[in-house]
Amino acid sequence: MTLFGVTIVVLLPIAAIVGGLRGIDPATFAQTILSPRVLAAYRLTFGASLIAAIVDAVIGFLIAWVTVRYQFFGRAFLNACIDLPFAIPTPVSGIALATVYANSGWIGSITSRFGIHIAFTQLGVAVALVFIGIPFVVRTLQPAIEALPPELEEASSVLGGSGLDTFVRVLVPVLIPAWLAGFAMAFARGLGEYGSVIFIAGNKPGVTEIVPLVIMTKLEEYDFTGATALAVTMLAASFVLLLAINVLRRHMVSRQVAV
Amino acid sequence: MTRRRPHELALIATAVVIVAVLIGLPLATILAEAWQSGLGIYARLLRDPLELAALRLTIVAALLAVAFNTLFGLLAGWTLSRYRFWGKPALASAIELPLSISPVISGLGILLLVGARAPLGGWLEAHGIRIAFAQPGIVFATILVAFPYVAREFAAVLEQRGIEHEESSLTLGATAGQTFFRVTLPIARWALIDGILLCAARSVGEFGAVSVVSGNIQGITETLPLRIAALYNDYQTTAAFATASMLALFAIAVSWARSLVRGHLERRDEDAEQRAAIGASVAA
Amino acid sequence: MQIRLSGVSKQFGKTVVVRDVDLVIPSGKLTALLGPSGCGKTTLLRIIAGLERPDTGVVLTDEVDITAKPVRSRNTGFVFQSYALFPHMTVAENIGYGLAVRRRPKAEIDARVGELLALIQLETFADRRPHQLSGGQRQRVSLARALAIEPGVLLLDEPFAALDATVRRNLRRWLRRLHDVTHVTTVLVTHDVEEALEVADVVVVMNRGAIEQVGSPNEIRDHPTPFVRAFLDPEDDEPVLEAG
Repeated sequence: MTLFGVTIVVLLPIAAIVGGLRGIDPATFAQTILSPRVLAAYRLTFGASLIAAIVDAVIGFLIAWVTVRYQFFGRAFLNACIDLPFAIPTPVSGIALATVYANSGWIGSITSRFGIHIAFTQLGVAVALVFIGIPFVVRTLQPAIEALPPELEEASSVLGGSGLDTFVRVLVPVLIPAWLAGFAMAFARGLGEYGSVIFIAGNKPGVTEIVPLVIMTKLEEYDFTGATALAVTMLAASFVLLLAINVLRRHMVSRQVAV
Repeated sequence: MTRRRPHELALIATAVVIVAVLIGLPLATILAEAWQSGLGIYARLLRDPLELAALRLTIVAALLAVAFNTLFGLLAGWTLSRYRFWGKPALASAIELPLSISPVISGLGILLLVGARAPLGGWLEAHGIRIAFAQPGIVFATILVAFPYVAREFAAVLEQRGIEHEESSLTLGATAGQTFFRVTLPIARWALIDGILLCAARSVGEFGAVSVVSGNIQGITETLPLRIAALYNDYQTTAAFATASMLALFAIAVSWARSLVRGHLERRDEDAEQRAAIGASVAA
Repeated sequence: MQIRLSGVSKQFGKTVVVRDVDLVIPSGKLTALLGPSGCGKTTLLRIIAGLERPDTGVVLTDEVDITAKPVRSRNTGFVFQSYALFPHMTVAENIGYGLAVRRRPKAEIDARVGELLALIQLETFADRRPHQLSGGQRQRVSLARALAIEPGVLLLDEPFAALDATVRRNLRRWLRRLHDVTHVTTVLVTHDVEEALEVADVVVVMNRGAIEQVGSPNEIRDHPTPFVRAFLDPEDDEPVLEAG
């Protein structure tokens, strides 16, 4: 059991986070987390992460489906590209995204002709989070799609179902738990994302500030209490949200253990 | 089904376009911006002392993080999959924690634990050990964010492969230690390598946590990711992108290495399935 | 509905699985396709259903060529060895699926599902999900689902192979009784000799993609060809059963 003992000792880094978050002054706590600037940051972080995760869910499903079910030239390459937003260091993606979507950038220049500005707006934050979240949805769905038993589709055809019937009534419902899992992961990642967002965001307090940045700023101002208060609320909120999604997922899985 | 129905073509095309625009363009930008004034930028960067310092720190921190986390990963993975004990799910969740927390919050935790104002930190400083806003802090942060990768993969592969090989080894007279090094590790080697690669990539690319902990003291507590941010904010765009391109290339190399490893992993699983199938038919 | 296969062949890669088969499945009777693993009986069944396309030959129902007809328009009922019940639907929804995709009105679907639940004696299981059922129950639901669309022919692919011996015996007798009530042309693929001889009106013995013998159970038992004799002999549980 010495192994066990060593494992415990080595858990210190984890304890660091948990322990470090004690010692919060309750008085200033409420004041901090309810200030308008912080509320705006919450709205942006949660809102953008949610929207990005939804977009990722849609795009991710399409990409996962296409890469698993169809054979085509360049499929392996496409599949490999999916990993990149996850593999590439966040500041690298961050400056690249900021450049591409700036009004002078490859995409930004096109969209701004239609009056849509991406960089330095809330939309930019969402776009960056979409970039970051794609691998989570795709990589969670792919194994599930691969595991779809062919008999299910055959049974549906024999019973008279068209391709669309089979897809909508049989395959998609079976894929929902995996889909939800991918969505939840993309969402969770979006909430905490820092490096890929701060360059494109603009970081204007009250408008385009994400919560992790507010935490950073408070630290730079030596407002440890404020930073901690924010961190705690973020952790609590993420925890609750993810717990809810996981409960939902487990409920759905229990209703359809594969037969 | 070799006949391609029209809607399939449309779906494939859409997927390709989406990936090209969403992922391809930003990556292409990195190179475009880095090479704007030609490839000479790399030579210049590698002569820049600040750049070299950042490179050195990044490599050192990553190596230490990989070493530490691999060691821990072996211990933790083994303990989690081979032993029953109270609080096991809690331990498993705790190990996974760095993955689900924002890196900024992880960094904050470190500051609160060993920063100058914290009780532990104050004690350390009194003994001349400075962690926060110094290089040890960077190493600590890197270790923390890359913490779970090896442990997870090792635990997963141990669960999957089952305990029979180790049991045979013991019945043949090997000690626990011999079993571990001659049987357990070799069987798990591809999963381990994958975990180590992930850990390495994460360590090199870490930004959020080290941003909090580093203090950004140029030449001393700057890692390459921090350097990229600094250069970019300083409008030294080409240098920023050039540095970024190096990290991007590293990340792509690691991804490619991982895909090779995954190939080995899959082959192993097929073998295991085949052996099981043969076993079943012989018994029938 | 009578089914006729004429000159049907099928190969997968280099393996010829079905070899120039001519066969008539008589209308209203229960026909067993019997043979060792790999003899092509399942492939033949799937060709009838439209799940596989023959390389040569034609498939005719009541003398109408349906070889090119897509699966979903053939109105065949198919019962898979693995049941293939839709895991996310209730028993009732599973049974009603064929009618739902035909856009039948809800009242009609509910009525038919009710009838079939009574037929398979699982009336109280309507709202259960497949994973809550035993193997035998799942197979009955699978059958009901196939019958719901009033198929011209019912195809069963080793439906009882995954069940234990007692359940298997009970279910196959139950299947026979069901057939006597519904009179749907039925084709049962099996490798279980006892099952085929006990339950079928006509037995078709196959080996290596070709038909060895066709006859009533008595004919098969009393006048077997050499291969059939060896196949029927219970002591010979071995390599004779190997296929091509």
